[in-house]
Amino acid sequence: MAENAWILGIHMTKFGKRPTDDVVDLASEAALGALKDAGVGMKDIQVLAAGNLRGGGGLAQALQKQIGQTGIPAFNVANACATGATALRVAIMAIKAGEADFGLAVGAEKLSGVGLLTGNTARAEGDEWTPAGRFGAVTGLDGRTGTETMPGVFAQVGMEYGHKYGGASFELFAKIAEKNHAHSTLNPLAAYQKRFTLDQIMNDVMIAYPNTRSMCSANCDGGAAAVVVSEAKLRTLSLEQQRRAIKVSASVLTSDPWQAACQVLPDINTLTKAAANQAYEQAGLGPSDLDLVELHDCFATAELVHYDNLGLCETGGAADFCNSGATWRDGTTPVNVSGGLESKGHPISATGIANIWEVCHHLRGEAGDRQIEGARAGLAHVIGLGSACGVHILEKSAA
Amino acid sequence: MAEPVPMVDYLILDERPHLRATLCSDCGATYFDRRNACAHCGGTSFSHQDVPTQGTLISFSIVHHAAPGIPTPFVAGIVDCDGTAARGNIINTPPDPEHVTLGMKVRLATYSLGEKAGVEAIGYGFEPA
Repeated sequence: MAENAWILGIHMTKFGKRPTDDVVDLASEAALGALKDAGVGMKDIQVLAAGNLRGGGGLAQALQKQIGQTGIPAFNVANACATGATALRVAIMAIKAGEADFGLAVGAEKLSGVGLLTGNTARAEGDEWTPAGRFGAVTGLDGRTGTETMPGVFAQVGMEYGHKYGGASFELFAKIAEKNHAHSTLNPLAAYQKRFTLDQIMNDVMIAYPNTRSMCSANCDGGAAAVVVSEAKLRTLSLEQQRRAIKVSASVLTSDPWQAACQVLPDINTLTKAAANQAYEQAGLGPSDLDLVELHDCFATAELVHYDNLGLCETGGAADFCNSGATWRDGTTPVNVSGGLESKGHPISATGIANIWEVCHHLRGEAGDRQIEGARAGLAHVIGLGSACGVHILEKSAA
Repeated sequence: MAEPVPMVDYLILDERPHLRATLCSDCGATYFDRRNACAHCGGTSFSHQDVPTQGTLISFSIVHHAAPGIPTPFVAGIVDCDGTAARGNIINTPPDPEHVTLGMKVRLATYSLGEKAGVEAIGYGFEPA
């Protein structure tokens, strides 16, 4: 039987514009915060996994050089927007394999003012038509055979769901952003804490219909880190550490199984459904047992499909589920009470740990004004396009 | 003048321009890109299959912000061509949600990308049928 893993300490930095901090500053702040929260030091950590996508690589060692060079194995991971969850998954695997009692996972990103993450530059055009690449293209295809921009790709993901099941109007997608922006007003670490009316959201700058600017994830700077511990080691720690520790009841990472349709439009559904099913099986819990869910709302159009993918509603029932109000913080299944990526912000490599931090905060009863009362179990989900999907189910300690 | 060149190698410019998928000989999976092997079954033997030029728009986005040099707005679409999904812009109709709707019937259409070194390049999109 593999060893159980627990979150012993976890920390998220303030998300937003951090002009005087570089990636290593953000990672250090997150890591030192997580170590302090755990009540351990770098000398206790036996494995480190760190992720960053836009800083040039090698964050793990750069971080060690600032907060503690102890010679332990360091893994630099990259999995698009699932990078943080991948770092955590690596640390948890080391615990489960019995190779470490304490692991540290870190994600940090500088993303303020970056603009579109992909599709930022058009292909340079020469004097002749020269076929290049896997499509033998004689010109840049972005804007010619669809779009490479994320707002457009994820818009199509939501619209495809609407075509299949109906009910997915522009207004419905805007309602999702309305909820998440409302939720973030209670989150002091969110990049934005401003409530928007439905009218304001629908009349905001159109980025890629049906996603307006306030329906897109907020580019910002931020970091998040978690200290994980084996169950056997946890039992030797103080009662206070044991009381605040959060059980990792499921830790799953999936990639795309082959699907005909994913050859032309990324399929973020199949791998999320697979990850969710594996996670529920591992945890011995079902969607109805969850007190809160943090899911990957990189765009309002994406949140809708994940209600269905995570089994929060009946198959095809995401629009009705959304309209019922179930996903607001006072609903039956609070989703993204942090404000989500649309309002809390999305420093891509930090996101897959920051969502775990949010869930842990509620399970510990430490979430202040936005506390979901009596929360005992929660789920955190991320998607990195390409794709990678991380799902973690977390439970409050019984102690 | 030289023969026109297609925008992509899976666009076949014969009398009736059409898309051509790469078909796995073992399992029938279809692709549009150059293949090393089949991602479904691992097979390494491929043939080609013509894709129907008529289809149904199963998803779209009207893109207003793109890289500098890419004209906006444009409509990025996914078209179900009788079982084979293809990417393509929705063209020859205004790029707004009144004219572009889920489930609309579309057909392949070609257009000129212009001329370079005396050679014309031809692109494709889908227009309302």
